[in-house]
Amino acid sequence: MTALRTEALEKRYGATHALKGVDLELGEGELLGLLGPNGAGKSTLVKIACGLVRPSRGRAWVAGAPAGSREARAALGYLAELFRFPGWCTADEVLTLHQRLAGSGGGERERAELLDLVGLTDARRRKVEAMSKGMQQRLGIAQALVGRPRLLVLDEPTSALDPAGRRTVRRLLEEVRSRGISVLLNSHLLSEVELVCDRVAILLGGEVVAAGTPAELQRPRGVELETSAGTRLVEGAGRDDAARLVDEAVRSGERVYGVRLLRSTLEDVYLDAVGQAE
Amino acid sequence: MTGAVVVAAYALRESLRRRVFAVVALLTVAFLFLYRLGARRAFEETAGVLPPDGVEPQTVVGATLVGLSMFATLFLGTVLAVFLTLGAVRGDAERGLLQPLVVRPLGRTTFLLGRFLGAASVCALYVLLVYGGALLITREAGDGWTPDRVLLPGLELAAAVVILVALSLLGSTLLSATANGIAIFMLFGAGLVGGLLGQIGEAISSPTLERVATRTAWALPFEALYQDGLRRLTEEATGVTRFAVQLGPFGGGQDYGAWLPAWALVYLAAVLALAALAFSRRDL
Repeated sequence: MTALRTEALEKRYGATHALKGVDLELGEGELLGLLGPNGAGKSTLVKIACGLVRPSRGRAWVAGAPAGSREARAALGYLAELFRFPGWCTADEVLTLHQRLAGSGGGERERAELLDLVGLTDARRRKVEAMSKGMQQRLGIAQALVGRPRLLVLDEPTSALDPAGRRTVRRLLEEVRSRGISVLLNSHLLSEVELVCDRVAILLGGEVVAAGTPAELQRPRGVELETSAGTRLVEGAGRDDAARLVDEAVRSGERVYGVRLLRSTLEDVYLDAVGQAE
Repeated sequence: MTGAVVVAAYALRESLRRRVFAVVALLTVAFLFLYRLGARRAFEETAGVLPPDGVEPQTVVGATLVGLSMFATLFLGTVLAVFLTLGAVRGDAERGLLQPLVVRPLGRTTFLLGRFLGAASVCALYVLLVYGGALLITREAGDGWTPDRVLLPGLELAAAVVILVALSLLGSTLLSATANGIAIFMLFGAGLVGGLLGQIGEAISSPTLERVATRTAWALPFEALYQDGLRRLTEEATGVTRFAVQLGPFGGGQDYGAWLPAWALVYLAAVLALAALAFSRRDL
């Protein structure tokens, strides 16, 4: 069963067409990265999946249940882009509240495990108002994991984190995936998405303009040759051309120090997709 | 229902931790202190006055004082109701507090019901306590004087505040927190003005003013309940005493008949249903 499926999903806010027929599928244990510029429709898509926004047309299912239904909400954990927990609550109280609301019987053990997972064990009794933004973000991820959801929806989960915090979240996402939980990750950080996601979907103007695994999306950029004459890039050349290029360089009297096959990064793919569509 | 109880308990703890209760408790103590001072002086000073024939001065003073305390209690209850609910939906959604809660399986209607139960129980209990406190003070200051009806006016006052809680929750699904707070206080003021117009209309025998007051009271039944409670304080008073009570700013009240409790219940259910509908249709 797919963790998330959308079919011809559309959303209009008055005259604004935020989503224009999005078809998407996220398998069990898969980590899908959602990319796109501001206003591309990423957050709308995420909110429809969570039942916070109603689609104008089309349908969405979470773990086989219509998005927004009780069954769908029971199957997902969500961390909003702009979220806040009450400042007077301690980390433990936030998780206890969400355990009650999610009907989780995990008790103290689950709370301790989740706080340990996000590196907040020592902050268990600390009030939210005394936490840094990064700590609150990690608490938000722990909250989203309450009740062992089948689908974890994270909207910009690392926006307030420093590099060390981001690495913690990356490890956390790998841990989550190893537990068979599917993740929909909405992020602006391309390098982060490239590092952790199984598949990527690029949204622009409410439409999916590119989708696939990072490897599928990347294209050969050429061969870089480092010789005694300097470093040069042979654009359009691929793996099969490498031996020939080295041979030609040697024949022309150059000493070859290195050969590298260059592929486009996700950033190149993203900028190409966004640029082409624009 | 379990989900609603969890949300209600959460709302109560939030109020306690945010010191809403502390602020309201301080205001209440200040009010009761001033009320005690005023009640003692009022009874003392009227004790030496020779009343006109047929007037029971203790009843006139007592009913006016309890009427004043009922108005102040309703006002303080309204302040509490507004503080507890003004940002319950749109305000909390704008601050990002609501989304993590409503994506949980409990559902929006249950969430709203929980917020209502939490705020309504606190406000009703608060109103009953302040009303009871004011009655005890009046009894002590007035040498044992008590109104003709004690329990029903208190219950009607509590019901009035519960309706205001529901209206504030409905407002929170449509308006920002500040706008909602202003709107509820304006509704409260509109009800008050309607009641005063009714009193003026009765005094000058103006059917138009009385009709305006009656329609306002049915449209805003918290005012009708307050007026009905006020009336019950001196339900058994007759003649000149009754006339003297009605002349005062908190005297008399209006009789809205036997259908008032039923209308208040229907009104409450309709407001809550509208709030649930508006919330269910709102994109967060």
